[in-house]
Amino acid sequence: MKIWIEKQQHLIDFTLASLARRKLKNLGLLTVYTLLVFVLASVALYTHALRTEAQKVLAGSPEIVLQRLVAGRHDLIPPGYLEQIGRIRGVQKMEGRLWGYYYDNVVKANYSFMAPRDLNIARGEIIVGPALERSRGLAAGNGISFRSYSGELHTFIVADVLPQTSELVSADLVLMHEADFRAFFKIPDGHYNDIAMSVANPQEVRNVAIKLLTTLPDSRPILRDEVLRTYASIFDWREGIMLALLSAAILAFGIFAWEKAAGLSAEEKREIGILKAIGWETGDVIKMKFWEGLLISLLAFLLGYVAAYLHVFHMDAILFEPVLKGWAVLYPRFTLPPHIDGLQVATLFFFTVFPYTAAVLVPIWRAATTDPDTVMRS
Amino acid sequence: MIELTQIRKAFNQGKHNEYWALDGIDLAIPDKQVTALRGPSGSGKTTLLTILGCLARPTEGRVRLKGEDISGLPERFLTEIRRQTFGFIFQQFNLIRGLSAIENIILPAYPTGQPRKDLLLKAEALLAGVDLGHRRNAKVEWLSGGEQQRVAICRALINDPEILIADEPTANLDTRLSKEFLGILEKLADKGRTIVLTSHDPMVVDSSVVNRVVSLRDGRIVDAK
Amino acid sequence: MIFQPAIIALLLAAGISLAMLLAASPFAVQVIRHWDIASGSERQLKLERLTYLFSTLVAFVCLIQILAALLFVFNADKMSVMFVGAMCAVGALNVNAFGFPALYAQLTLFFLAVLWLALNHVDSRARDYPLVRLKYALLLAAIPLFALSLWLQLSYFLGLKADVITSCCGSMFSEQAETLASEVTALEARPVMIVFYGTLAAAIALSAWHWLGHGNERGNMSGYLTGLASLAGFISAISGILAFISLYIYEHPHHHCPFCILKPEYDYQGYALYVPLFIGAAAGMSAGVLRLFSGHLSLAPVIDATSRPLAGVAVVGFGLFLAIASFMVWQSNLILLG
Repeated sequence: MKIWIEKQQHLIDFTLASLARRKLKNLGLLTVYTLLVFVLASVALYTHALRTEAQKVLAGSPEIVLQRLVAGRHDLIPPGYLEQIGRIRGVQKMEGRLWGYYYDNVVKANYSFMAPRDLNIARGEIIVGPALERSRGLAAGNGISFRSYSGELHTFIVADVLPQTSELVSADLVLMHEADFRAFFKIPDGHYNDIAMSVANPQEVRNVAIKLLTTLPDSRPILRDEVLRTYASIFDWREGIMLALLSAAILAFGIFAWEKAAGLSAEEKREIGILKAIGWETGDVIKMKFWEGLLISLLAFLLGYVAAYLHVFHMDAILFEPVLKGWAVLYPRFTLPPHIDGLQVATLFFFTVFPYTAAVLVPIWRAATTDPDTVMRS
Repeated sequence: MIELTQIRKAFNQGKHNEYWALDGIDLAIPDKQVTALRGPSGSGKTTLLTILGCLARPTEGRVRLKGEDISGLPERFLTEIRRQTFGFIFQQFNLIRGLSAIENIILPAYPTGQPRKDLLLKAEALLAGVDLGHRRNAKVEWLSGGEQQRVAICRALINDPEILIADEPTANLDTRLSKEFLGILEKLADKGRTIVLTSHDPMVVDSSVVNRVVSLRDGRIVDAK
Repeated sequence: MIFQPAIIALLLAAGISLAMLLAASPFAVQVIRHWDIASGSERQLKLERLTYLFSTLVAFVCLIQILAALLFVFNADKMSVMFVGAMCAVGALNVNAFGFPALYAQLTLFFLAVLWLALNHVDSRARDYPLVRLKYALLLAAIPLFALSLWLQLSYFLGLKADVITSCCGSMFSEQAETLASEVTALEARPVMIVFYGTLAAAIALSAWHWLGHGNERGNMSGYLTGLASLAGFISAISGILAFISLYIYEHPHHHCPFCILKPEYDYQGYALYVPLFIGAAAGMSAGVLRLFSGHLSLAPVIDATSRPLAGVAVVGFGLFLAIASFMVWQSNLILLG
């Protein structure tokens, strides 16, 4: 065992010296390798962070959201629905929610207006999200006017700005008093946009939803679990598509690695010939080359992954944002919470180290089986 | 003691350019003697040397090393035997550029897994023996031809082999350096090492160090004295 | 089919492994037909060189199988959110009939690859390579197994459909299929415990006997017993994890999942169990299989020098597994046996 370790140390020593002697060639390979890891890792880290973010947001959302459909379109909930739901067993808590979108001509962007139940906001005051703070230069104490869809001008005082922690959802928020909201959008009392419900027993959610459908046939219950599931598969799917598009890059990298490994320089061939002549065995040369590949792979993996981490979590993934974020790109400027996932690292490994190893296996073997007597015959 | 019986070696077997580099060699290399193989180029002396040194396997015939038949051994075992029993000095020295003299010397010992510290001590002793101690850390490409050959000799000795194999050792050396080489050779022979070399340099073949000269032509032994 | 990275990676791994073996198979046929160790012909030299390629290739495939098995389980666990009623990897693997067979195929390939490597190890240390034909015949015989593994994975992944809402209707109410068992149906704990400790103790004792025993006459017998006991030990260890060890780790009387213990929520305790178990089982089985070939004169000393340390590895592997498992049971707050 000790001999084995000592031997591997010798092989690594030799490999390091050999890599250093061919800096240019190895730097080329390392650069391309790192770039590939960087691109793939960026995609993976980014979609994973989006997925985690979405899950975190949804975790706090109600188990069921009930909407009403009129002619297949989302419509206001009329009075009386809340009472009818109250009679369904299993529903622990419910509330009618008021929210809407408002298009601001000045900065040409949509805001989400909401009248939250759990926040005490005085009449005539609003709390805004960080995106508004930026785009309209708002701060606590400022006044701002919005022209409602009916043409009237409403003026509010900004009471507070929301923290930036989860900008993905809160960026464009404008929170206001219920009465202000109803006046602004002309929504009569007793009407709501939708109803949020919490169900005590998670096993009961499905039954409650079925009961809701029978009680209120024009309603559409949306379950949190199903939204989560949909998000998960949509993000996975996007990541998969990106990878499929990038598979050409992986293939190109495999060919590149093959070329590099197969196109041994005359100098390298001579070296392997010498080693074999002076008593190295084919297996020793293969092991030496294996260490070489491992060192390059690990280095490229580390460099690429760290670069991707910085790119995604500290530079807001500037290179991929347009492709991956979709419509949500419009306003939120959010820093994703850093997250590393074992499955993801394992997958990345399969997409990079595995093709590399597969590509260099045969060339390495060819080089290692050089006849030991070549040095004498040339 | 190496014994060869009816050794034949073919290249490009089964193709139109097939040829037999060795064609029926019977030869015994005695222990603790210096044997020189002589012959024009293409006579098969280098091929014979590769078979004697376990670098290659004969296509036909038997090789016995200390009585053991090794002609059918796969490369893996042949390498092991070669590492333990033989040291090689090549015509072009064949040092690895970019590595220092001492690193080149310990290379043949890597597969044995001896601790690096021990190897370096051994290599330094060898270097001192050929008056090269001061050049231990010099990159081999900065060494002169004579120095390179002395490093190559040290490399051949690192695993303490019984038999030394040298292929045209003086082909790249001038008269002075050739004499120096013969001096080293004499010292090694005196210490009881078996030495086999090829050469067509009369200075080597006719020197008093060489005990026995074997002449080859067209893959056959024409004269042995 | 669900289009996502880990699945693509797994299919890629299985596909490339198979393709590499297929591409190499003509050479394996050549080895079987033309091998002649006594010859020094160029063809023989070429064939000998090919053997290096094969052993490197199989070692690589073996490594891939280990990693792929892990990735497969991780991925199943992650996918479980996509299926109604699936709580963890077990549920996701049960979505269709191919999930568990695909996993079993992967594990079988891993053990076969280890056995082949062990065989290759001893054979290449005997000067006349006595098992060379057998080795390459085995390799050819394994190709259909690799194809089967790929087919199982493909069928499993192609058969997956995420239960996803569409924009036209809010909820799908995907039926919670009757067959979708989220939990492994488990055996009664007490009898399994008895068998578990009995079998593993036997495996450790027999391996130790083979490891330390030197009488050549009984060498084969103790070797075979080590192999058999290792196989039995592996099976009963897995049953033990299902039946009671996982319960103690989760501190929950009904959660039998053998995969959740690999997750960070349980401090990756599963690795402490599985790593020694797999190493021990693979080593013990190899020791037994190697003994089958100790009849060859040139192999006998090599096999003796290999199978005994392998049995030692089995002793340590099973011993560690047993100690760690017992420690986990002892540490747990769950009281299973009244």
